[in-house]
Amino acid sequence: MTEPGSVAPDFTLADQDGNQVTLSELRGNQVVLVFYPLDFSPVCNDQLSVYQEVLPEFEERGAKMFGISVDHAFAHKAFQEKLGLTFPLLADFEPKGAVAQAYDMYIDGRGHNHRGFVVIDPDGNVKHWHREKTPLDIPGANLIFDALDA
Amino acid sequence: MRGEGQVVVIEYGDYECPYCAQADLMVTGFGLKRVFRHFPVVSKHPRARVLAYAAEAAALQGAFWEMHDSLFGDQGHLDVPHLWERAERLGLDMDRFEADRRSDAVEQRVAADFRTGIRAGVATTPTLFVDGDRFGGIPGPELLERLQRDSAR
Repeated sequence: MTEPGSVAPDFTLADQDGNQVTLSELRGNQVVLVFYPLDFSPVCNDQLSVYQEVLPEFEERGAKMFGISVDHAFAHKAFQEKLGLTFPLLADFEPKGAVAQAYDMYIDGRGHNHRGFVVIDPDGNVKHWHREKTPLDIPGANLIFDALDA
Repeated sequence: MRGEGQVVVIEYGDYECPYCAQADLMVTGFGLKRVFRHFPVVSKHPRARVLAYAAEAAALQGAFWEMHDSLFGDQGHLDVPHLWERAERLGLDMDRFEADRRSDAVEQRVAADFRTGIRAGVATTPTLFVDGDRFGGIPGPELLERLQRDSAR
């Protein structure tokens, strides 16, 4: 279901401001879904902060970036403000982790996501799927650039 | 670049990051040949870019490592007046230091370092490449052992 070329599982999730974001309505753009374990964990801070630094370069490529974790929109809002992030964070909160499970990014028994990302092409198909071996490892932004440019 | 030996350590960090200071001290202690590249992550460390510019402005007067050591040596005093004090202590031409740290050339130098880090997959600070092998995040025993081993080579 996350093989390159397969249709990306559709979803509707609330962002940090409670806006509903539906994947299939984003067609026409490349979409980057960044799966990360939890708001406010030290390693997540680094990952999303570094992506924020190069966000203009993702946007130059016509890509829209979203972070996804099991945290609630209220937590996302505080986390986004703390880090000064300008891309949306989606709340995969209820049913918990359902979108992460559909993308094979959920760690059963741990209650949170793996660290990884999925690039979806403008037609809504999976272009690239990447998952780190442990939540302590961070996918470099270079991997996202390579996937967008492929 | 400074230090001696065949092994090169490339260190990506920022001057507001406490773990970077810790990693830097470890590398300095072993005297390995090393390169420092700026990787300021402003959303985490608001002063990081300004401090990187100060180090590069000092570099234009031949005092990069002196400023580098000064910044990592005392991370409690990183506001602009503290930068002036540091620059004065190093005997820098202050007018030139002030102009250089705001210059396009210095900004581009730091941005270029950051880009090489992104290309190399750096996603956290500090990240060290010891003879090409990556050590990211809080410096731990693995890094220490590796530096020890390589300094003996």
